Amino acid sequence: MEDSKQTGTEDNVPSVIDRYFTRWYRADLKGKPCEDHCVLQHSNRICVVTLAETHPILQNGRTIKSINYQISDGCSRLKNKVSGKSKRGGQFLTDFAPLCRITCTDETEYTIYSCIRGRLLEVNERILETPSLLLEKPSTEGYIAVILPKFEESKSITENLLSREEFENIVSKRRVAESQSS
Amino acid sequence: VMLPLKDKDKPVVQKLLSAGCCARCVLRFCCVRVQAAYRRPQQEILKDLQDFLHGPEKNQCDVSTDNKSCDPVVSEAAADPPSKRAKLETDLSDDGQAEAAAAAAAAIITETHCVCVVCLGVLQEFSDTDQAVKTEKYEFDSLVLSVSLPAQLCVREHSCWLHVKKEVREKSPLLDKEDIVPLKEAYKWLVQSTISTELGGVFSPLEVAVEFSHNPTDSDCECHLYQQTILHKNKCKCWAFMSVCRHYSCPPTQPSSSCVLQGIQCLHQSVFIAGRYNKFCRSLPQTPWLIDGERRMESSVEELIAAPVLSAFRANGFNFSSSGREDVDVRTLGNGRPFAMELLNPHRARLNVQDMKQLQESINVSSDKIRVRDLQIVSREAMGRMKEGEEEKTKTYTALIWTRKPIKKEDIAFISDIKELTLDQKTPLRVLHRRALAVRQRVVHSMNTRFLDAHHFHLELKTQAGTYVKEFVHGDFGRTKPNLCDLLKMDTDILELDVESVDVDWPPSIQE
Repeated sequence: MEDSKQTGTEDNVPSVIDRYFTRWYRADLKGKPCEDHCVLQHSNRICVVTLAETHPILQNGRTIKSINYQISDGCSRLKNKVSGKSKRGGQFLTDFAPLCRITCTDETEYTIYSCIRGRLLEVNERILETPSLLLEKPSTEGYIAVILPKFEESKSITENLLSREEFENIVSKRRVAESQSS
Repeated sequence: VMLPLKDKDKPVVQKLLSAGCCARCVLRFCCVRVQAAYRRPQQEILKDLQDFLHGPEKNQCDVSTDNKSCDPVVSEAAADPPSKRAKLETDLSDDGQAEAAAAAAAAIITETHCVCVVCLGVLQEFSDTDQAVKTEKYEFDSLVLSVSLPAQLCVREHSCWLHVKKEVREKSPLLDKEDIVPLKEAYKWLVQSTISTELGGVFSPLEVAVEFSHNPTDSDCECHLYQQTILHKNKCKCWAFMSVCRHYSCPPTQPSSSCVLQGIQCLHQSVFIAGRYNKFCRSLPQTPWLIDGERRMESSVEELIAAPVLSAFRANGFNFSSSGREDVDVRTLGNGRPFAMELLNPHRARLNVQDMKQLQESINVSSDKIRVRDLQIVSREAMGRMKEGEEEKTKTYTALIWTRKPIKKEDIAFISDIKELTLDQKTPLRVLHRRALAVRQRVVHSMNTRFLDAHHFHLELKTQAGTYVKEFVHGDFGRTKPNLCDLLKMDTDILELDVESVDVDWPPSIQE
């Protein structure tokens, strides 16, 4: 950290995410092309679910019409409440539990999924008022939700996820396929 | 020493001795409460008891005892208990003579070889107890002794009491069982004085727990008499001698072995110390850092402090607490951070001001990663003062800030004008696994900037305790609002952080 003083250009400074989190991915979620999710796992096992930068919502200058955490008639992620150190009362999520639905102004609708098993700690309510956060800072202020995996599953939950390298390989293959088809 | 016995005790003494009772248990049953009487060697007590029964000069008890005191060994041992040490020393320096005397005494009174039918040897062989305390080299001022005896001893005690009661029923007033000196009491009189005089002192209590067992008689606990003894602890008058005899021998049978000393646990009351520490290293956690049971850093603040402290107090362990804590990569400068330690089972408890100064010095020379000041012994109660003011107190920090966009000196100048900025801080993600999720309001009282270059400046902050400074700088996914990114309208990150002061006025500072 000491020698970062001399460098100072943005590329050389590890960001908060680089320093404390590991990036994990799910590509083409539920078989839908390019609906990639990113899970940032902190060294303390807490996970932040975000859109991967390749997600269709973040492409082609799309704008967001609405974000809905009411995932069914009976279940709203906004009603999630946790109390105490042990986070009692949080909704328990499985890999493919929907977190929210995002509708773009072009009427395309996307479902964002939990990607991992764990207890829901919070959802990002600020993106409801300011959806542009999601577009401008998808991996920080535009996060979707915070999930706490079970202690004993904190390692195994990422086994089904792609590492950053694996994900980047998929993305570059996609680009190749795209350029060939066009 | 004259035994405080009266003529009416004679049949009791007679009965007990012939039943195989040891001299000290005889004293107990005769309700002798003169502690010094118990501390004399048992051969002497026994001899006095026999003189009391058969002595020719019945009316000159004093004289006869005096005469016996002329024997050098007896006179020494019969002296007041504080001279126990003197006696031991004499034994050491004058081995031959003492041995010869002991052999002579044993020859006269053969009964001493028998294990007492009532106490199963607890009052006969107790010398190991003080040895255990001595080998651990405790320094202490007073002693709290707890004794654990085999439960079945109460059967023997009761059986023996019934045996005596039957004998003396007509001849003397009713012997009340409650007046008998409890075995534990007599044992404590014996042992406690020995240990205390060996090591001396008045203030810090040492707890000594002694445990005896006697497996051969454990089954006595299943007998009817045991149940009755437990049930009717103080109302034993109700059951008759005859019914007892059906269930248990009366007097108790002669045991073939003594109680076994299972163990002696010595525990000195905790000692509390306090001080302030500096941390000069950015790769040193405050407490050992374990992830999945594996150590992440080779040392920690508490370990660096504890090592010399534990050896000075010869303590078995410690509990470390402090007024807040800094992250592994944060330095604590200035006057340092108040901390306190509970020292568990210290074998040495009283260090004076000079000793503490030396201890502080030895901590400080042992590592250049930390430094300690104001090290002192405190009370358990005073430790609370460190925690109570924690939330209200202020802390000052210096942070090295990186900005994504290039900055000029004047771009950041406005920050110094911001006063009493209230933050809404959601529990930072980095501590959310162990703290409750909440939004906490914290106040940044004032800030000051020192421009370094186009992407760096130093930010000095004075904050309410409990403010998460790192999150204030990078925003923690927008979970701290407002944050420095908001204020500067660009991404900012924190590269280094120093705690400059922890404004807690405890513990009191010590003049160097």
